[in-house]
Amino acid sequence: MAGVATGGIYALVAVGFVLVWQTSQAINFAQGEFVMLPAFLVLAAMKLGLALPAALAAGFALSLLVLGLLFKRVVVDPILRHGVLPLVISTLGLSLFLKESVKEFYAAEAQAFPAVWADTNLTVGEAVVSAQSLVIIAVAVAAVGLLQWFLAGTRTGRQMQASAQNPTLARVLGIPVERMILYTFLVNAALVALASFLVSPIYLAKFTNGETLGLAAFVAAIVGGFNQVRGAIVGGLLLGLADNFVAAYWSAQYRAAIPLFLLIAVILWRPQGLLGRAEERTV
Amino acid sequence: MKKILFAIVVCLLIGAPFALKPYGIYLLSLWAVMAIAAIGLNLTLGYAGQISLAQGSFVGIGAYAAALLTTQGWPLWSAFVLAALLSLAIGWLLGYPALRVQHHYLAFVTLSFATLVFLVLRNEEWLTKGVYGISGIPRPTLAGWSAKSPLAFYFFCLAILALVAAATWWLVRSPWGRAFTALRENAVRADSLGVDTRRYTLMAFAIGSALGGVAGVLYAPLVQFIEPTAFNLNLSLNLLLMVMVGGAGHFLGPFLGAAVSVLLPEWLRFSEGLYLILYGAAVMLLMAFCPSGLLGLAERAGRVFK
Amino acid sequence: MKEVLQVRGLAKAFGGIRAVDGVSFEVREGEILGLIGPNGSGKSTLFNCILGQLAPSAGEVRIDGRAITGMRPCELNRLGVGRTFQLLQVFPQLSVRENLILAGQEHQASMWARLVGRRDAGLGEAADRMIGFFRLSALAQEKAGALSYGQQKLLDVAMAFMAGPRLVLLDEPAGGVNPTMLAGLRERLREINAAQRATFVVIEHNMEFVMSLCTRVLVLDQGRIIAEGPPEAVRADPRVVEAYLGH
Repeated sequence: MAGVATGGIYALVAVGFVLVWQTSQAINFAQGEFVMLPAFLVLAAMKLGLALPAALAAGFALSLLVLGLLFKRVVVDPILRHGVLPLVISTLGLSLFLKESVKEFYAAEAQAFPAVWADTNLTVGEAVVSAQSLVIIAVAVAAVGLLQWFLAGTRTGRQMQASAQNPTLARVLGIPVERMILYTFLVNAALVALASFLVSPIYLAKFTNGETLGLAAFVAAIVGGFNQVRGAIVGGLLLGLADNFVAAYWSAQYRAAIPLFLLIAVILWRPQGLLGRAEERTV
Repeated sequence: MKKILFAIVVCLLIGAPFALKPYGIYLLSLWAVMAIAAIGLNLTLGYAGQISLAQGSFVGIGAYAAALLTTQGWPLWSAFVLAALLSLAIGWLLGYPALRVQHHYLAFVTLSFATLVFLVLRNEEWLTKGVYGISGIPRPTLAGWSAKSPLAFYFFCLAILALVAAATWWLVRSPWGRAFTALRENAVRADSLGVDTRRYTLMAFAIGSALGGVAGVLYAPLVQFIEPTAFNLNLSLNLLLMVMVGGAGHFLGPFLGAAVSVLLPEWLRFSEGLYLILYGAAVMLLMAFCPSGLLGLAERAGRVFK
Repeated sequence: MKEVLQVRGLAKAFGGIRAVDGVSFEVREGEILGLIGPNGSGKSTLFNCILGQLAPSAGEVRIDGRAITGMRPCELNRLGVGRTFQLLQVFPQLSVRENLILAGQEHQASMWARLVGRRDAGLGEAADRMIGFFRLSALAQEKAGALSYGQQKLLDVAMAFMAGPRLVLLDEPAGGVNPTMLAGLRERLREINAAQRATFVVIEHNMEFVMSLCTRVLVLDQGRIIAEGPPEAVRADPRVVEAYLGH
């Protein structure tokens, strides 16, 4: 169960990552720090006197603003025309900027983060399951389900998909592509904020949290196939399950290696990922 | 104009250390070591156009090779040989994914490799002593001359850097250098002209990684105590940053990038936490305005003033 | 006369679309064969199959009697096959001279010998001669990316010939070249054809260029050869006219 819960969090982060990549070709190496930051925004809001619900809302809104709008307009847009590598470097700079800013302006030590669920365990038939896992799975499933419905079932969602698959054609069809791209950034910001609120109560909020989460997101995205959102979900779940399975039954020290082996294996034998489509090489 | 500048810098590199305290000399030595690793990455990335996020792990491989050999009494040159050969071989193997995938996928494969190496270094305690690290790494003695003092070791590092720079200069100007550039600019066209892009890609990885290993061999006796965290993903990302900030594909890029990464934090020591924040922001700005790095910026400025 | 290129029953299908549908022909040494046809007739696909860029669905290709189907492009080049591309493919960051040296260097000695040998791999003079031949002398040191489109085209063609190939496949060499340079290009091609006894296969849309340069013409339509013969005969062939008008 804990594996599925972890997988759910990875899936959230991976889906956002893939969405941003799909629409704007931006590989966000700061995605891990994006998951780290919202928790601190909430903590800061609480320090300013806001109660938990208000602080969560404030943190969420700020995340949308900073990690969605500002990220797109200030960081991605100016650099995108220069190519993949400069943007990668820029997001590296961004991750450093966010990490050190939190360390400097908030705290270097780990901070407790309040959970919205009770710290209890439930017995379902033969298995003992923690309320925590259930809540995380429920929220993650709801979020991803909502997203899938939105993308496939609403006009805006379909326009977003069209913009991702073929921006030129989308423009010709009159779809406001720039705005659609902005929406994906906002969706990513929402997903990472959600993941942040789910994961911080367990692992505490620390400025270094981004490092492991970011890597897990990339791996999940790749294992699932960079081109498919569904793939990212599968990737995230697989990763979470494999992660916990290995830790329980194998050497805990090499736990972190599992995603990496998966990654290398997938890239070498099936570069398009488990669910992705192969990209034809053009002459 | 350029030659005068070059001469001044060389004089400074040779003369300044005499006026510096041991810590200052240590920093310059660290700069030289990192520059070697960055030169290697610049070959793979800047000239041959192959993304590698694993250069730091080759520094680690070289460092541990040196530490393990010299603490057992072997001379340093044996470490150079072992590290170079090992890094060459592993680097060559790392090139194979590059034949199958490009850009972002390659970035992630090399990223995973880097983390894997870190895990091995950390977990295989029987070999590397794991998190406890290896201490007491001796500095070499060359034909009676001891490189133990900070100053002497610095000149040792500087000499190796000069050798590496000369060899790289030769490589880059040779037909191989031309082939690397072709590989980077247009691999398909290069193929159709008879350039064996497969072999050159593997070579680019092999040589770049070997230089990383060489840097590692110097790193171990410089710091005299090594443990795995020094060679985690952060080092690889830092080296990548050095190459890009200095100017990928420019010969002097790695020197400049290493200076910015190693020396600048120290000069801005008083604002330590703030420095990293500013550095992060500066990197973002640089990439937005001049993705070809500081040397690219200088080139542009030079053209404006002509 | 020797057959340099033999294509037998070549086919290439993309899903349900048969881009090349059973094409067979030979090219004799010293010939300049033109390959024409309406858009979408499969000319470029045919080229790419011959040159190892695409794997054919069926059929085989032989050069000097040797099967080369599915060989890698760089191996083909070493066998003496050169090509130019429809979309310009020079190396923008290298100078014109460097581009030419690059185009020939992989044929000089071994990879290791080239590492320790001369910087220009012994091709300095050959490159200069090629520059002179194509009237690019004033631009020898310029970065290829700074050249005009027509000049880059000339460079592209020159690069294909640096290694003294037996067979050269030119993909729309006249495309985008202004009329004054066109005559010069045609002359250069004729001269090289005579001097090196090189064999050409040329895809072209520019009818005049094809008719004045080629010794024999093949017409492709919907992946099949519909006509073959000397330029004037082909131009007058009613089937050819219909194929073009029908599109």
